[in-house]
Amino acid sequence: MVDEKYRRFWWQITLTKLLFSLLPLGLLVVVLYNHFSEAYTSKVLEALRTLAINRQGALDLFLEERIAQLVTLANTNTLAQLTDEDYLNRVFNIVQSASRSYIDLGIIDEHGDHLAYVGPYYNILKGVNYRNEPWFDAVLNSGVHVSDVFLGFRKVPHFIIAVLVREKQRSWILRATIDSNVLENIVQAAHIGKSGDAYLVNRDNLLQTKPRFGGNLLERPPGPDFSATVGLRVEEITAGADPALFAAIQIRTKRWVLVIREDPREPLAPLLRTKYLLGLLTLLGLSLIVIGSVYTTKKVLDRLILSDLEKAKNDEVLLHESKMAALGKLAAGVAHEINNPLAVISEEAGWMKDLLQEDDVQASPHLQEFQESIKKIEYHANRVKKVTHRLLGFARRMEPTMEKVMINAVLEECVGFLENEARYRNITIEKKLADDLPTIASDPSQLQQVFLNILNNAIDAIGKDGTITLKTFPEPEGDKVVVQIADTGPGIPKELLPKIFDPFFTTKEVGKGTGLGLSISHSIVEKLGGSMSVDSEPGHGTTFTIALPIKG
Amino acid sequence: METFRILIVDDEDDFREAIMKRLRARKMEVAGANSGPKALEMLDTEEFDVVVLDVKMPGMDGIETLRAIKQKKPLVEVIMLTGHASVESGIQGMQLGAFDYVMKPVALDDLMDKLRQAYERRVLQLEYGRKNL
Repeated sequence: MVDEKYRRFWWQITLTKLLFSLLPLGLLVVVLYNHFSEAYTSKVLEALRTLAINRQGALDLFLEERIAQLVTLANTNTLAQLTDEDYLNRVFNIVQSASRSYIDLGIIDEHGDHLAYVGPYYNILKGVNYRNEPWFDAVLNSGVHVSDVFLGFRKVPHFIIAVLVREKQRSWILRATIDSNVLENIVQAAHIGKSGDAYLVNRDNLLQTKPRFGGNLLERPPGPDFSATVGLRVEEITAGADPALFAAIQIRTKRWVLVIREDPREPLAPLLRTKYLLGLLTLLGLSLIVIGSVYTTKKVLDRLILSDLEKAKNDEVLLHESKMAALGKLAAGVAHEINNPLAVISEEAGWMKDLLQEDDVQASPHLQEFQESIKKIEYHANRVKKVTHRLLGFARRMEPTMEKVMINAVLEECVGFLENEARYRNITIEKKLADDLPTIASDPSQLQQVFLNILNNAIDAIGKDGTITLKTFPEPEGDKVVVQIADTGPGIPKELLPKIFDPFFTTKEVGKGTGLGLSISHSIVEKLGGSMSVDSEPGHGTTFTIALPIKG
Repeated sequence: METFRILIVDDEDDFREAIMKRLRARKMEVAGANSGPKALEMLDTEEFDVVVLDVKMPGMDGIETLRAIKQKKPLVEVIMLTGHASVESGIQGMQLGAFDYVMKPVALDDLMDKLRQAYERRVLQLEYGRKNL
């Protein structure tokens, strides 16, 4: 029950401590991590945004340059010049020398007929009529047209830039095929890290360049649909198990959208590392706090238990003393009340004895009977007197004093108190008292209490049939007198030995013992300057040894 | 041995009577008083050599009575009669001039011895006092 109280207290203190130290720690960690995470993520997103704008610029630059080149070419040469294939060839070589991005050049009239062609597919393309191609109408309408990537007659992915030139009566078109690979190179330069990707999609969400992972040209891209993007969009989209950061930006010169995909785990790896580090540090702090709190709580509790024990001991000694004082008063009162009538009985018997000397009584035939009767009255009155004097002695000695004490006499007196009880239980009390024991300066009544307590315990321990041995001898060093009280009881288990002087420790049934006797005895002996120890082995009885200083 | 006058002071009538009877049987001149004031009164009118005074009495107790006796008649010897518990008062009594103390219940022979010794001392002191006058 006592343990339960302390355990609850332990939990209360520990939990309170943990709560008040873990709460701020947890708060700190969460806030710190969130702030860091936000800052870092926004930095990563910012970098992605910059990259997207940068790549958009590169793509636009590339396309604008090509368009400008072609427009210049178309407007600085006459149709007659350009339909001369040798001339066109020379022009092609000049433009190609600046940029290797052209595959071929062609001149087409307003009816879609190929007037001239320079390029590697001369045989396939020379006779083709483009009137039904989708870009042909577009260029007639808008003057300059950049097509989506398509397979065309050659079944090779490419796109074209066509420029319409209007002359007085006729119009013609300069058409150039651009290698898709060039676009792909510009786009691919945008991807970051091992698993990042970048690609272009047209407004139908079809791939215009080949992504690094998954998807082919003119197919659906391996990510969400960004084809409707206007301006710039940066967002984190989690598709399936893999989270991904996407940046989508529309190209200015063409309705294409550049999509850049990044695995956030790569740029955010430092954040993740921070997360783990933070977690580790938190765990470390946590265990330190727990250990510290458990340790300090234990310290506090140990201290508390110690002071509780001490307090209980002091309280009980005080209580015991007041109890003994009350008992002393009671004993004195009873003894006096018995003493007075007893004195009368003694005197009356004495008077009768006196009267027996008278001649008339001497002549009585019952003289013998009278004499014996009176002798018995005197004998028993004397017995009662012994008892009341013992009681009065007990009462008188309640206050602590220091006087000359003959230990053997005190022991004999204690044995006198308990002799009857021992006899009923068939317990022999053996006395091996040293004759040459010096008198010591001590408090006889307190010593009597101690001896009575130990003797009572011995009788209780034995129960029935056994021997209590009392032994006194001067200590070899000479400044102490030793009293040993040994019983043949069942002994005390080893694990209980250190506890037997603790207050409230008892092996007796509930209600039989207070668990204070030995505790009080121990403190009495210590107060008298002596020491008390116990020696016991289960099955071999128990021996109490009390050493008392000769000089108090 | 000449007879001398003894005053027994005890509130317990039976005890006092019994002691008185027994001392008379031993040819002593004995009177009794059942309280301190009564004893003092008797000391005024009669001459006593030794007073046997119970310590524990209701009202005026033995010690107070002793003080009063010693004030009135310093040469009257007093033997205190005490219970065991009041050895201290016996000793206190001796400090106040009582001759000795005996414990209840008392063996009559012991009391007789003490009475005789007390009387001897009184005789000596009376003689000494007469010489010095």
